[in-house]
Amino acid sequence: MAFFKRVKQPLIPKIKLSGVSKSFGSKNVLSGVDLEIFPGESVVIIGGSGTGKSVTLKCILGLLTPDAGRVEIDGVDLAAASTVQAETLRAQIGMLFQSGALFDSLNVWENVAFSLLQNQKMSRRQAREIALQKLAQVGLSAEAAEVYPADLSGGMKKRVGLARAIATNPNVIFFDEPTTGLDPIMSDVINDLIVSTVKTLGATALTITHDMSSARKIADRIAMLYQGKIIWTGTVKELDKTDNPYVRQFVAGSAEGPIQMDLKA
Amino acid sequence: MRFQFINMMGRVLLHFFQATGALGIFGAKTLYHCFVPPFYGKAFLRQLIEIGFYSLPVVALTTLFAGMVIALQTYTGFAQISAEGAVSLVVLIAVTRELAPVMAGLMVAGRIGAAMAAELGTMRVTEQIDALVTLSTNPFKYLIAPRVLAGVLMMPVLVFIGDILGVCGGYLIGVYKLEFNATTYLMNTWEYLKPMDIVSGLTKAAVFGFIITLMGCYNGFYSKGGAQGVGRATTNAVVSASILILIFNYILTELFFNV
Repeated sequence: MAFFKRVKQPLIPKIKLSGVSKSFGSKNVLSGVDLEIFPGESVVIIGGSGTGKSVTLKCILGLLTPDAGRVEIDGVDLAAASTVQAETLRAQIGMLFQSGALFDSLNVWENVAFSLLQNQKMSRRQAREIALQKLAQVGLSAEAAEVYPADLSGGMKKRVGLARAIATNPNVIFFDEPTTGLDPIMSDVINDLIVSTVKTLGATALTITHDMSSARKIADRIAMLYQGKIIWTGTVKELDKTDNPYVRQFVAGSAEGPIQMDLKA
Repeated sequence: MRFQFINMMGRVLLHFFQATGALGIFGAKTLYHCFVPPFYGKAFLRQLIEIGFYSLPVVALTTLFAGMVIALQTYTGFAQISAEGAVSLVVLIAVTRELAPVMAGLMVAGRIGAAMAAELGTMRVTEQIDALVTLSTNPFKYLIAPRVLAGVLMMPVLVFIGDILGVCGGYLIGVYKLEFNATTYLMNTWEYLKPMDIVSGLTKAAVFGFIITLMGCYNGFYSKGGAQGVGRATTNAVVSASILILIFNYILTELFFNV
């Protein structure tokens, strides 16, 4: 029956980081990050404050250029790509910022429909309709659509940010500390929303967080960043069984262990 | 001690060249994005109104009073050598060549340059500029090009209005306070009016518009360090634009009226 035997295709990673290093002045933030994220997978990078989680994300998005190493999305190196190529690639990417990063000169629905209005040149009526759909998807009513971001609570800002991130149906979504600054219940609501929207879109997701309950809920796979390197990767189940002392200390949230906080300014 | 001094001088010089280079690259990138599509018409229109319309009262008042004070001072000076007749000429030349563009430039630098630096600075520290990039929108095209283009276009309009009001100010003082004959004053003004005076003033205005918006955008765009950083960016934008306006005013005067 060799005829029916399928040739197993090697899975091509959607996002691939190889040897990514970045320093600011004399401060070495990333020193050779290697990570592969496969299509449809939800990966969470955990790590303490100042370990370079945000810098990793900014390097992937092309907001920062790595000093060494390569970042590839769909096999294309974003840093070396032409402006047009980079913008086409970015059109497939959605991003939820830590503080929402909503444009305060635009109201909620204009924020959500920003890309549709500015880049896809959609009519305002049509763009508004899509924006309202996306807002409904994150549990916001049409009344909230006319409000300006300054009048929103933290949780609502996150929701609007999420609606904006998914407005163009991206196939890669990044989440930067999605639950930071929210109460535990709102955090869980946001976590649920993230899981459901990523599933609905069938997107590849990368989240950075230090909130372990959020990581457990969102992740298919967890990677731990410490001293500028990925020191451990595994599933949520593996996370509880690992004997890696760094991971155990971080998961337990203990001050005792190999990770010593640098308390000097 | 001597080495320390040389060290410090070197550092200052290097910093100066670095800053000039960065500003040069920023300016070149801005110019490129002003002429290469896509263009954001609505953002441009908003800036035209912001810079042109809302600066009108400030520019109008300053140029009007500048014209008035020049008439007064010229009279007190020129009366001593019995040359009071030259008041209208001096007002005309002073206002169109120097006062209207420089006063309007400094006023708009305070109003618009500061606002731009604060707005872009806040957008930078709240990650709104990063958000623009992730929404596949080039911040140079969406934020900076509309501001710089609007500045270059609206400053000459403001200065033209300032020219008229400045001369009017001189006329008001000349006729109602110094009791010149109204017709003679107007005839003199009209007779001495040279297109070159107006053109040079308007060219200066366009250059100042570029300087103000560029310094506002540059300082705001690269601001860092939270609220304090935004404050610093705003101060730097106004101070650097004001100094550059005065320097370029001299250079342009040299170029136009090479005496």
